[in-house]
Amino acid sequence: MAGNDTAIYITVAKSATVVVAMFAFVFVVMVPLYDVLCEALGINGKTGGRYEAATIAVDESRKIKIQFIASNNDDMPWEFGPSVVSMEVHPGAVNSTVFLARNPMTDSMIAQAIPSVSPSRAAEYFHKTECFCFEQQPLDGGKTAEMPLQFIVDQDLPKDIGTITLSYTIFDVTDMLKKDAVASR
Amino acid sequence: MSSKAKWLKSLALGPVLAMLATAAGFAWADDSKVNQVNMPVGVTELGATIYDLHMLIFWICVVIGVLVFGVMFYSIWAHRKSRGVTPSQFHESTKVEIAWTVVPFFILLFMAVPATSTLIEIYDTSDADMDIVVTGYQWKWKYEYLQDDGQNVSYFSNLRTSQDEIYNAEAKGEHYLLEVDEAVVVPVNKKVRLLITANDVIHAWWVPELAVKKDAIPGFVNETWFKAEKEGIYRGQCAELCGKDHGFMPIVVRVVSEEEYSEWLGGKQKEAAEIAELMAQTFSLDELVARGEEVYNRNCLACHGAAGEGGVGTAIAASPIATGELDGHLDVGVNGVPGTAMQAFGGQLNDVDMAAVITFQRNAFGNNMGDMVQPVDVYNYKKGS
Amino acid sequence: MGDHHHGPAKGLKRWLFATNHKDIGTMYLWFSFAMFILGGSFAMIIRAELFQPGMQLVDPAFFNQMTTMHGLVMVFGAIMPAFVGLANWMIPMMIGAPDMALPRMNNWSFWILPPAFLLLASTLFMEGGGPAFGWTFYAPLSTTYAPPSVTFFIFGVHILGLSSIMGSINIVATVWNLRAPGMTWMKMPLFVWTWFITAYLLIAVMPVLAGAVTMMLMDIHFGTSFFSAAGGGDPVLFQHVFWFFGHPEVYIIILPAFGVVSQIIPAFSRKPLFGYDSMVYATASIAFLSFIVWAHHMYTVGMPIAGELFFMYATMLIAVPTGVKVFNWITTMWRGAMTFETPMLFCIGFVVLFTIGGFTGLMLSIAPNDFQYHDSYFVVAHFHYVMVAGAVFSMTAAVYYWLPKWCGRMYNETMGKAHFWISFIGFNITFFPQHFVGLAGMPRRIPDYALQFTDFNMMSSIGAFIYGGSQILFLYNVIATIVAGKPVSDDKVWEGAEGLEWTVPTPAPFHTFSVPPQFKG
Repeated sequence: MAGNDTAIYITVAKSATVVVAMFAFVFVVMVPLYDVLCEALGINGKTGGRYEAATIAVDESRKIKIQFIASNNDDMPWEFGPSVVSMEVHPGAVNSTVFLARNPMTDSMIAQAIPSVSPSRAAEYFHKTECFCFEQQPLDGGKTAEMPLQFIVDQDLPKDIGTITLSYTIFDVTDMLKKDAVASR
Repeated sequence: MSSKAKWLKSLALGPVLAMLATAAGFAWADDSKVNQVNMPVGVTELGATIYDLHMLIFWICVVIGVLVFGVMFYSIWAHRKSRGVTPSQFHESTKVEIAWTVVPFFILLFMAVPATSTLIEIYDTSDADMDIVVTGYQWKWKYEYLQDDGQNVSYFSNLRTSQDEIYNAEAKGEHYLLEVDEAVVVPVNKKVRLLITANDVIHAWWVPELAVKKDAIPGFVNETWFKAEKEGIYRGQCAELCGKDHGFMPIVVRVVSEEEYSEWLGGKQKEAAEIAELMAQTFSLDELVARGEEVYNRNCLACHGAAGEGGVGTAIAASPIATGELDGHLDVGVNGVPGTAMQAFGGQLNDVDMAAVITFQRNAFGNNMGDMVQPVDVYNYKKGS
Repeated sequence: MGDHHHGPAKGLKRWLFATNHKDIGTMYLWFSFAMFILGGSFAMIIRAELFQPGMQLVDPAFFNQMTTMHGLVMVFGAIMPAFVGLANWMIPMMIGAPDMALPRMNNWSFWILPPAFLLLASTLFMEGGGPAFGWTFYAPLSTTYAPPSVTFFIFGVHILGLSSIMGSINIVATVWNLRAPGMTWMKMPLFVWTWFITAYLLIAVMPVLAGAVTMMLMDIHFGTSFFSAAGGGDPVLFQHVFWFFGHPEVYIIILPAFGVVSQIIPAFSRKPLFGYDSMVYATASIAFLSFIVWAHHMYTVGMPIAGELFFMYATMLIAVPTGVKVFNWITTMWRGAMTFETPMLFCIGFVVLFTIGGFTGLMLSIAPNDFQYHDSYFVVAHFHYVMVAGAVFSMTAAVYYWLPKWCGRMYNETMGKAHFWISFIGFNITFFPQHFVGLAGMPRRIPDYALQFTDFNMMSSIGAFIYGGSQILFLYNVIATIVAGKPVSDDKVWEGAEGLEWTVPTPAPFHTFSVPPQFKG
């Protein structure tokens, strides 16, 4: 059996390498790859980050209805909602609106809004040039804020999409930031 | 029939009946849902398509199954040692092996065609007549009807079955566990687009007869649709494990004529206006307690107990909150207790109900505070706190 | 091969410091049986509660802990260790090796299991209760909304993952390096082949599970947001990572079962296995496909349609190699000379029930239909047909088949046959009606149900008690055999048995193949 020992250790070393590699695969491949795929394919209606507005022609012949919806995640006491529930826009045009928020608590709080677009395949054609969701939003107790949103609907939006719903879910991240200022992905 | 006799019967007849039912092509399925053995055909065109596809795949499986098991049982009967057969020693045949690789492949291709086209139909949410935002909560659903004029109608839909029925203190009603205080109401023959999301954990909205199931994911919105072609009441349940009361958050959809729908919607909008009006009113202690008891039973009882004795939540009876300062009590009710199962009810209950339930809690279960909260107090508290 | 420098140590030391593959195999098998009984009692609590509508015995929170623990204990405590135990016993004897390649690591990989399960079971008594989020532990129910005991659950999963990885590396090292002269790859017994492939699956995906629970741990304690939308993460990511592990895991459970059945059916048909080569290739293709079908568990999360279609087509393809296997087994029986001892009965039971589970699997693969089946009792029925009738039936067959070789005594055939028929009937009474209630609209993991599902649930519960009870008979039969079974002297035990394991004396001595045999297969 002694003659086999080296061969056995080589097999073990190879297998152990696979184990380590697969563990690392989860963190360095699966997680980032998922994020990339989400943005590319609009999984969960995720939209890209800030869009650098290129000058594109406005397609006056087409009208897209944009609906805004808002919801609060668990335990989030803010009053939060769109200032208008829907608007009609032309592809290529820059549009703006505001969401209204009010912190009814006595303490100041920090919120993070997460956008999601439906239908999800419209997500990649929905560009935000400015959005309150890009940053965390602090708000003092009892105060009200107007939170701006500016967006462009891409001209390449598939012809069969006539309505796009943009949803914001607002999360209370006050504790999260307090607990650990270091690790945030 | 006594329950003992009943289960003896099912012990004896169960398997036989079950097999017969399958063999008869699910012939049992009639209007009664009791002991239904197959998927409902449903009341949407898409549901019927899915049902047909389901039956097609099922029958293909049955045919293959009969052939395969037929060969096997013939072999078991014919090629057994007790008949004195000598075993053959063949152990390969390339032709046969290629055949049974290729033939199944073509059968799969045949299945893939209708499967693909049906899936494309399911995904087509365009040109909807109306939109409803469905939000899953632990453990209830919220529905919000999006209106172009901004006057959205929104309400919660809670389980109506009483705890007494669930804990066997009372006979169970016909729609045990499948009944809610406020159903989703939609017009017949209209394409309804559902925008589904969740407030806390993942839930799933499932109504078999509408052939709709979609996950509700916190932070993100999923969409799906249905177009019911028959008026009636259709029942479903949450399909994704969402914690303790996952089994107790049913869905009821009432499909009505278009006139009835507009009437209902108008009623809802009027109700919202009335609530606003009620907020300006002053109620007596008795009125508040009576209304509060109903609100309590719907929203609080599951966690705090029928006698305020507590459970998942803390006890209400003799609780320092319910017998302490009014503001503290309002704070817990409106904002919840972060980090615990106590949710913020400020956004879930209107101010009238909030005032009523707090008054009730302060004057029930042996708590004799004698004080009360008026809707306007809740309103001011929310604005001013 | 009689004289050896040493036999087993005496008393507790023999087991605590065991390095002998047979001793370790024995411990794995007893441990897994104990877990089978534990997981089974959880199932009995579930079925007792579901016997009638209304809440009778437990509260909904405890019910959720039971469904969760039942799944975890059965998958990680009963089925996987049982097959590892079988691999320990049989692989060295089948390939003519003196022992496993890494005997001391073998000792470790067993002995870290019991503490892991003690830890897992102890969570039931902790404040807030044990894990109640299902064996698939979807975030955020298992992170933000989990009871405090989830940290111990994560630690437990880490330990048993480590145990599986060590066990698989050992198997891989043994098969690569310790085969007897003449035992070429395409002459290896199929049980060895299926385990060899399974071991690679384990090495590839157990680290993924470890990664998933590590991310949970970080989200819970270190402020990351892998699975929380608030910090830029996504709860759906959890499901992708979990099922990237979880789907291969399903085949980890079933492939060794395929191996067992491929050993036993030829033995009792007295005829060589039909299509050995295609069996090997089919196993390898199933293993490969298992990596590209995971999202069929998630058809309703709202994937883009292209993804949905890809996973549907890939999943349907699995029917091809699986079909090949079933056809091969049946053709092996064809024109053989069959007898129907207990191991053969369990294998035939396996083929019948597994095929039914395969058909429902095909139905489930069709995405538009799955929108109706998903998370209903139809799925529960489906995976019990493949997991119980697949893994547990084949494992039972393996015990009856090799028990005489292990202990040199014959089990009681009448009792064995009774065990088969009671389990077969009990199993079907339990799970067949679950297809019906699932199609009719009963979701899974609910502690109470609407009245229209009453009769079938009652039936299901009765079947479960019958099936559960039949395992007592099994336990009794095995103990009675070890203690007082009729001695067997024939090396071969079964007339049609083939393979190196049948060339060693009965009962198999403590050390076998100290000198490698020359294999002429």
